[in-house]
Amino acid sequence: MSVPVTERVVYDGTPEGTVELAGTWRDPPGLMGSLSAINHKTIGRRFIVTTMGFFAAGGILAALMRLQLMRPENDLIGMDLYNQLFSMHGTTMMFLFAVPVMQAVAIYLVPLMIGARTVAFPRMNAFAYWIFLFGGLMIYGAFFLNTGPDAGWFGYAPLTESEYSPGKRIDFWAQMITFTEVSALLEAIVIITTIFKLRAPGMTLNRMPLYVWAMLVTSFMVLFAMPAVMLASTGLITDRLVNTHFYRSGEGGDPVLWQHLFWFFGHPEVYLIFIPGLGFLSAIIETFSRRPIFGYPAMVLALIATAFLAFGLWVHHMFTANLPELGKTFFTAASLLIAIPTAIQIFCWIATLWKGRLNFRTPLLFVLAFFFILLMGGLTGLMLASVSLDLQVHDTYFVVAHLHYVLLGGAVFPLFGAIYYWFPKYTGRLMDERLGQWNFWLFFIGFNVAFFPMHLLGLYGMPRRVYTYPADMGWGTMNLISTLGAVLIAISMLLFLINVVRSWHKGTSAANDPWGGGTLEWSIASPPPAHNFDVIPVVHARYPLWEALKTPDHVVGLAANHREQLITSVIDAQPDYRGSFPDPSIWPFISAVAVSILFIGSIYTPWAVVWASIPVSIALIAWFWPRKKETEEDLAVEKSP
Amino acid sequence: MRGLIVGGLVMRGILSAAFAAGLAALPLHAFPQTANLQNAMQPAGVQAEKILDLGYLTFIICTLVFIAILAAFFYAIKRAPRADESTAAEVSFLRETEPGSKRAVLLAVAISTLLLLVLLVADVFTGRALSQMPLSDGIHIELTSHRWWWEARYTADPPSRMFTTANELHIPVGKPVVISLKSSDVIHSFWVPNLHGKKDMIPGRTATITLRADKPGVYRGQCAEFCGYQHAKMALLVIAEPQEQYDAWAEQQRRPAAAPTTASAIAGQKLFLGTTCVSCHTVRGTSAQATLGPDLTHFASRRTIAAGTLPNSREHLAAWIRDPQKFKLMANMPSSPLSGDQLQAVVHYLETLK
Repeated sequence: MSVPVTERVVYDGTPEGTVELAGTWRDPPGLMGSLSAINHKTIGRRFIVTTMGFFAAGGILAALMRLQLMRPENDLIGMDLYNQLFSMHGTTMMFLFAVPVMQAVAIYLVPLMIGARTVAFPRMNAFAYWIFLFGGLMIYGAFFLNTGPDAGWFGYAPLTESEYSPGKRIDFWAQMITFTEVSALLEAIVIITTIFKLRAPGMTLNRMPLYVWAMLVTSFMVLFAMPAVMLASTGLITDRLVNTHFYRSGEGGDPVLWQHLFWFFGHPEVYLIFIPGLGFLSAIIETFSRRPIFGYPAMVLALIATAFLAFGLWVHHMFTANLPELGKTFFTAASLLIAIPTAIQIFCWIATLWKGRLNFRTPLLFVLAFFFILLMGGLTGLMLASVSLDLQVHDTYFVVAHLHYVLLGGAVFPLFGAIYYWFPKYTGRLMDERLGQWNFWLFFIGFNVAFFPMHLLGLYGMPRRVYTYPADMGWGTMNLISTLGAVLIAISMLLFLINVVRSWHKGTSAANDPWGGGTLEWSIASPPPAHNFDVIPVVHARYPLWEALKTPDHVVGLAANHREQLITSVIDAQPDYRGSFPDPSIWPFISAVAVSILFIGSIYTPWAVVWASIPVSIALIAWFWPRKKETEEDLAVEKSP
Repeated sequence: MRGLIVGGLVMRGILSAAFAAGLAALPLHAFPQTANLQNAMQPAGVQAEKILDLGYLTFIICTLVFIAILAAFFYAIKRAPRADESTAAEVSFLRETEPGSKRAVLLAVAISTLLLLVLLVADVFTGRALSQMPLSDGIHIELTSHRWWWEARYTADPPSRMFTTANELHIPVGKPVVISLKSSDVIHSFWVPNLHGKKDMIPGRTATITLRADKPGVYRGQCAEFCGYQHAKMALLVIAEPQEQYDAWAEQQRRPAAAPTTASAIAGQKLFLGTTCVSCHTVRGTSAQATLGPDLTHFASRRTIAAGTLPNSREHLAAWIRDPQKFKLMANMPSSPLSGDQLQAVVHYLETLK
């Protein structure tokens, strides 16, 4: 790309043209090149690896907690460290793993599934990744310096106010929220715009893969849920930094305000972790049952209904707070109601499997786990939805069991299935089936051994977030069993890691479509070339690869020597115009560094917001400043239609 | 009304049996009998009992649904023929309506909706029942949570009959108890599972919980909202006893502390009143009147030290006073500079505070 383009060359389908096209979309080499990278596959791969790294870190924290709780009155891990461990575990899994990993997979996968060469706003996408990475590194840096948060992932005020949490622990935590939410919001905008405007012509909304639907719905939820927690955490930061009184009851604030704002984000968050999982399941089930999903319109409407209902039940996290009883009933009803769309999807999947022909491979096993685990988690969720029952089980180990059944069953097991499913597309190699089976069964059994006893522990009176418990409470045996389950999970994760590393290097080579899938990502090489599609396909059906070709089957006339992407209309994906996309740039990285300096500096002084905004402004101006070369190129390609 | 009660009892019997059968199906015998003093499954009061009944009903409905869906799932997997990735996908389904599957899904959704409605109605009725406990001739307690202990004020008319204690409530069996809940610092949550569900104690707000113990016994409760460092060691005991015993206990609690009689205890009192103890604790009838820590007027009548951290015995008490941080790091009480003899004297004194 060093030579300015003075004349637009249309891709002609020759091998030389394909090489040129790949060169046009490839990220530049070298260190500077990798910091400037904006290709969605590069960013997506980095993002996935980073979030999986945080998943491993969060898992290690959980294993340490299980060791501490293995027996009563254990003094392996002290009170202070334990409180940091569970706070970091929750924070990591919710903010640094579960939401971002779903966005990361989407950044990689959505363009491939909708027939696009790139995501929308590729530079902003890179910026969002860097911001996420720096935020995650910051909170772990703080944790290793004994400044990790110790007031839970939910950070209830006034415990998090400076009177009760002096020092900088909570400030780092609150600022980590700022980082991850900026990233999540930007990614949501990237994903929504990509899905709405970059679909291959003919891929009407009605023909979109269910996974893409799931990510669209999820991204809209992010747009509405995340601002609440950013507002909440900013209020907390100013309470701590400049003595505002948002949550101080003595000065006219209200601790319950925090709870409302936090759970207005916190409950939808569960669903924006869970809905991408539903998307994975639909993709896996249709491929491995060798038939289209049953009830596509019902599935789509169920996803949308879930998203709406998810915003109407946050108060069920606050049933034990002193709120009006009549109001609580509304939230019970809403919490029960949200079971219906999920039930619809489960029934549609069963109907799909019922009349399918099953190819029983590892990804499908993870679907089986979903049915068992998520179902149980959902049903215990009905118990938590009831005000009266919740009074007993709220904040006990019953809830710990429930939330892990929901989040692992609904998101992590499907995610692992998705990794086994799409791994050949990412790497060009299949994962090992035998190791996959071991990985699955150890994970499944270990999970149930670890978390099932927690239901009973909760009913037998064990509260959450306790670093120790007396021997005569009789909780020791079940805690020991739970810890043994955690060991099994750890072994299964190790097998997974071995499988990934080994398969990446010397797994069986995968063809374009190793599973016989029906969606567009399986039509291109594994791993995909930098430009994804040599020619943008024209879509005539919901499963383009399963149906007979129709003409026209592809788009002609896009440039080979310039980053061009066909922009289509929102609903019917009719061609709109050729959009010019930006080249790689170092400035998103530099801007992310500058913004990180502002965020971290403002942990210590409010003046950081003032002074650090200077480098932020400089970086952003440099990012958006029109370069002569780019302008000339744009004019050149604009002139020759 | 009678019919309803009898019906309720029969219902409860059926539910309990079904629940027991459900549990028996699980490998529960592998688990030892847990202590029952902090256990939502062993209700000792009307409120906890009503919640548990709702729990049984929900458990049964959920278990049936779980079995039904999994059975359908496994049957679907079993009956579907096997294939591999080269099998052509059956796209003809895109053009068919599959009326059988449609009917089955609609029926399943209808049944689910109906069952959810049952749960909603059951929940509303349970909530109603919980709030309708008759409160006449009950006792009133003001419970204030501190990091990490409980301060209890038994209010009374006239106010001269009020008294204050800590970390241990006594209540009369069969009488309603109205507890107002306050917090002096962060959010805590009051929870004695054998008697009732929990209620948060939020600074700046006063909440009320009403409960009744129907069986005499000792019930343990524990703070259920994370409140910082020693959240794990913030327990309290509720002792439900027959009315006469309760009256005697309350009468004793109203009295100021008796003056010590043995030489060692007298020396201990002098030490207690002459050192930093008095800057936090109250012993009514002496010059110790501070309220930062628990009221110790009748400390020796309590079963535990430091909100359930240690049993209240001579050795534990001495060890606690010598170095509270060893047992409850970050608690407000500092280590004591007292010598061995002095420590014994203070322990002797505290033991007289019956």
